[in-house]
Amino acid sequence: RQRVQSLQCGQGAVRAARFNADGNYCLTCGSDKTLKLWNPHKGTALRTYQGHGYEVLDAAGSFDNSQICSGGADKAVALWDVSTGQVVRKYRGHAGKINCVQFNEEATVIVSGSIDSTVRCWDCRSRRSDPIQVLDEAKDGISSVKLSAHEILTGSVDGRVRRYDLRTGQLCSDYIGSPITSVCFSKDGQCVLAASLDSTLRLLDKDTGELLGEYTGHRSTTYRLDCVLNELDTHVGCASEDGHVYFWDLLEGSLALSLPVGQGVVQSLAFHPSLPCLLVATQGRVTLWREDTFQPEGDPD
Amino acid sequence: KMAESSDSEEEDLVSYGSALQPLQEGERIKKPVPLQEQTVKDAKGRYQRFHGAFTGGFSAGYFNTVGTKEGWTPSAFVSSRQKRADRTVLGPEDFMDEEDLSEFGIAPKDITTTDDFASKVKDRIKEKARQIAGVVAPIPGTTAFDDLIGPSKITVGVELLRKMGWKEGQGIGPRVKRKPRRQKPDPTVKIYGCALPPGLSEGSEDEEDDYQPENVTFAPKDVMPVDLTPKENVHGLGYKGLDPSQALFGASGREHLNLFTGGSEETSNLLGDLRHSKGRKLGITGQAFGVGALEEEDDDIYATDTLSKYDTVLKDEEPGDGLYGWTAPKQYKSKKRPERDLKYIGKVLAGFSLASKPSAPIKIYPPPSLPRNYRPVHHFRPVLPAGNESCHLQKALEESAGKLESDPAHHSRHALSAAQRREQLGETELKGPAPSVLEYLSEKDRERLKQVKQASEQQMKAKPVPQQSPSSRFQLTSPEDAAHKWQTLLGGQLANAGSSDFKPFAKNPEKQKRYENFVKSLKQGEKGERLERFFDQNMTEWERGREQEEFFRAAMFYRSSNSTLSSRFTRAKYEDDVDKVEVPRDQENDIDDKETAVKMKMFGKLTRDNFEWHPDKLLCKRFNVRDPYPDSSIVGLPKVKRDKYSVFNFLTVPEPTTSVTQATNEKIQESNSLNKPKKSSRWDVSDKEKEKKDSISEFISLARSKADAQQQPPVPAKEECGTGTTETPPSVVADEDKDQEEESKRPPMDLFKAIFASSSDEKSSSSEEEESDEEQQPTTSERQSETTKPVDVADSSSSNLQESVTATTDSGIPSLPTSKQELDAAEEFGPKLPPAFSSGRFCKHLNRKEKHRKIRERHKAKKERKRKKEKKKKHKKQKNKGKHKNKKSEKDSSSDTTDSSDSLTDMDTTGLSPKELLRR
Repeated sequence: RQRVQSLQCGQGAVRAARFNADGNYCLTCGSDKTLKLWNPHKGTALRTYQGHGYEVLDAAGSFDNSQICSGGADKAVALWDVSTGQVVRKYRGHAGKINCVQFNEEATVIVSGSIDSTVRCWDCRSRRSDPIQVLDEAKDGISSVKLSAHEILTGSVDGRVRRYDLRTGQLCSDYIGSPITSVCFSKDGQCVLAASLDSTLRLLDKDTGELLGEYTGHRSTTYRLDCVLNELDTHVGCASEDGHVYFWDLLEGSLALSLPVGQGVVQSLAFHPSLPCLLVATQGRVTLWREDTFQPEGDPD
Repeated sequence: KMAESSDSEEEDLVSYGSALQPLQEGERIKKPVPLQEQTVKDAKGRYQRFHGAFTGGFSAGYFNTVGTKEGWTPSAFVSSRQKRADRTVLGPEDFMDEEDLSEFGIAPKDITTTDDFASKVKDRIKEKARQIAGVVAPIPGTTAFDDLIGPSKITVGVELLRKMGWKEGQGIGPRVKRKPRRQKPDPTVKIYGCALPPGLSEGSEDEEDDYQPENVTFAPKDVMPVDLTPKENVHGLGYKGLDPSQALFGASGREHLNLFTGGSEETSNLLGDLRHSKGRKLGITGQAFGVGALEEEDDDIYATDTLSKYDTVLKDEEPGDGLYGWTAPKQYKSKKRPERDLKYIGKVLAGFSLASKPSAPIKIYPPPSLPRNYRPVHHFRPVLPAGNESCHLQKALEESAGKLESDPAHHSRHALSAAQRREQLGETELKGPAPSVLEYLSEKDRERLKQVKQASEQQMKAKPVPQQSPSSRFQLTSPEDAAHKWQTLLGGQLANAGSSDFKPFAKNPEKQKRYENFVKSLKQGEKGERLERFFDQNMTEWERGREQEEFFRAAMFYRSSNSTLSSRFTRAKYEDDVDKVEVPRDQENDIDDKETAVKMKMFGKLTRDNFEWHPDKLLCKRFNVRDPYPDSSIVGLPKVKRDKYSVFNFLTVPEPTTSVTQATNEKIQESNSLNKPKKSSRWDVSDKEKEKKDSISEFISLARSKADAQQQPPVPAKEECGTGTTETPPSVVADEDKDQEEESKRPPMDLFKAIFASSSDEKSSSSEEEESDEEQQPTTSERQSETTKPVDVADSSSSNLQESVTATTDSGIPSLPTSKQELDAAEEFGPKLPPAFSSGRFCKHLNRKEKHRKIRERHKAKKERKRKKEKKKKHKKQKNKGKHKNKKSEKDSSSDTTDSSDSLTDMDTTGLSPKELLRR
């Protein structure tokens, strides 16, 4: 892997770096209350979104790139219009900082998870200001939320991964024990990857909750760090507190790659939805990594 | 017209149709029927339909136009918003003819009897009764429903009767001979219910009058069901209004129109079989109307209302005139009747024989005469209020009451066993089956059984103590033991329990009173059996034991929560409308099991909880998913209501088994220390549960070592507060770490001072400044105490509270922390957001910076001040907005303290990215 691009965000700490739906753009959430839209492949900043009252902790783009939702320490979820850069709506209701936000497939619902241990589902279609539903089953803060077509996956500090299945009307709660920092679905939707504060990544079978794989070697004991699966579900990646990004083979569980990114804690990770392309946020900087064979088209920064 | 004009050239013309009638002279030409009046009607008189959706189509109204005067008006559009309820849903049936319904499979909506329920054989008596009821019922015809639910089969009794030769319409009993006169007192009066002997046709009735063979017997008359309908009208007794059918349809010919018909007459008229009223005349008849031309026979037109038709003498009604069973006193009179029944000479069922002796008549005893002073009111014995001191009195009362009752001769009749009764009666012992299984056993086996029994009993006796302590919640072997146990557990901590307004049993005032008394006495150190008296004497022992246990727990719960909780909560001003709380039906169950499962890496069933979860309907819609529970109104997890005031609801306490809890206690502590990295929070329920467990195990350990009873509780609590916050691990090294962390989170005090202190020294002390000053004031040490405080408060023991109080006073924090501080405290929980730099390096920086800054402060104070003044203005402006644009502040490291005291903002202060360093 090689570093292709480095973006100096100038946003303070970059809390999260996220690809958009097709992976051509990325969003960075800064601790300076701003949200920035980039073309990470070219290294150009496209737009800055200002309107949050505190640092922005997570953001997500809609499937059609027309809207952005973001949540931050100001306890509000903001819905942005990409082109105008204005806040379309703000959803208030969380009692604590919002750790994670996600759009559903059609960008009709924003699901936000907060430190107040609730997940709230906000309606983007109607004008109602209260959430459609509040998922308050968690006993502690929600650190991560992911959505599939019909599921809401939440990771909570109470050490449980909860999966709300709207289709079957069931809530599956898997006990991991250690506070969950990040969860994600595998691309095939059959597995759930959960990173927890015992420096372990666990791959669980979605339906049965059985442990399919365990990945260790990195250090994650204190901070909320992201975990990712690569575009083909062959590797599992996780940020580490020692400034590296670790990749394991999904099946064998062996450490495949340890990517030295920087000296500080790797704040956020995002994997390109279709290309072997990794976005890493560390310190005030976001770097883009590609496979070794990749030939950059434009001139690197 | 054609015909008219075709006189001459007939050959040439072809004529179509039939010729019109030639016009007569003077006749006017008929006006053609206008098109709109040309209608075609079908056989049923309805307009014939020529077009439409169904076979018949629909009438499109007036000349196939819709909405005109005669036509079918389409329902006007009604906004469904306002008049939702008024909308009538029209089905296709509404536009179809009845005869078409079946063709299209639309079931008729009338109520009909299906074949399954239609009675095949008409039970005449029942029918009669029903008809009576139908006439008498407030709404005539309601008995029609009886048809629907009638049994489809004839009852066994009827079947039996049939086999014995009974026929429908006959009475039951031996056949009797009758005198012809009796039989037919008046030939015109019809006798119903009397079966004619076989062979005699109906028509031969008249001949029968004369011919009365000896050997012909008659079945007894059918008994009419007694009509016990109350009299509701104001007519005279027995008066019945004119029945038009009777008045009009030839009844007068037979009989004088009797307005005072007796009951029997009335019913017989009602039941009047059409069959019997043969040759029934239709049309208007009667004296006043003469004889109609259509009538076949001449009635006696000039019939006079003779007096002979009236009763002139008051006399007993003749028996057998259809009044059987109508008057109850009569039956008392006829005492001989049962004997007469014996003369039954009907068919006797095979296998039965006629009894030769009449069964003894049932003797009827007169009801006992009441004593003169008897009053039909029940007096309850006074119940002694529970918890009363005068248990002796009660005992005495009970004894006396018992004595009153215990007159052995009278009272013990029911207390006797069968054997005793037998003895008294002098009966011999029954040679029936042996009462016990043991009787069947051989002598040897019995001996062996006995031995086994004895052995087991001895075993039980040998180890009552070890079995007792882990005994289940309510099965206390003896209340004293339990009381003793609890007392030791509670120790001196009961001191303030029960004194104030903690009312765990407020719903049940009696119980609450008992509880208060109980606690009071417990405080005075009374022992088990004396505590006993506070319990309701009417309770069973088990109930009492349970309640006692509950009281103990309540007292304990109160004690533990008293100090901390009571200061935090006020009593509700308004009563909650329910005494139940909603609790999620399914709780994620015990974590301990799961933890072990996780340790063993046995993920799957052991670590998974599945719940029914109801997504919101709108959410389903937005996700394009079908609602899994379309007809449930629940959202989220289904809840159940539980009793709010049960103490057991609050105490999820495991059985107070000393050994086990001790182990769990240790285990918890172990796990706490093991899970150091694990973050817990105020909201962490599991932790609270642990706390509870701890507090209980505390008591148990207390019980074990009474010596250091007072010192012990703080120790685990302290540990907890250490592990609870998890940012302050118990070890010293960790403490240091923590300090560093804290520092890394927030710039040191000097930094704030550098910005603000100087400015506040200046005279421009606006209120805003002060605010900002306050916000920035807390030092790290203060914050530390801040973070520990919530844990302390949450902890149960009062000593800890004191500690925390002293801590707060020491640190000198204003007692009301600003909201911001609270926010910070809240944000301590959960995994933190990563800082930009590794802590070690950062620390160095910090130290260096601090020094640097101090120096700078001293030497460049003035310079700084100037700059800061400017900065501050901006700072204020941007207090709630973005601030990092301030380039000046970026140049100065100290300026980067954002007003958000979050840990991460200082990243920029130390933001040592090369560019910034260069800038500096």
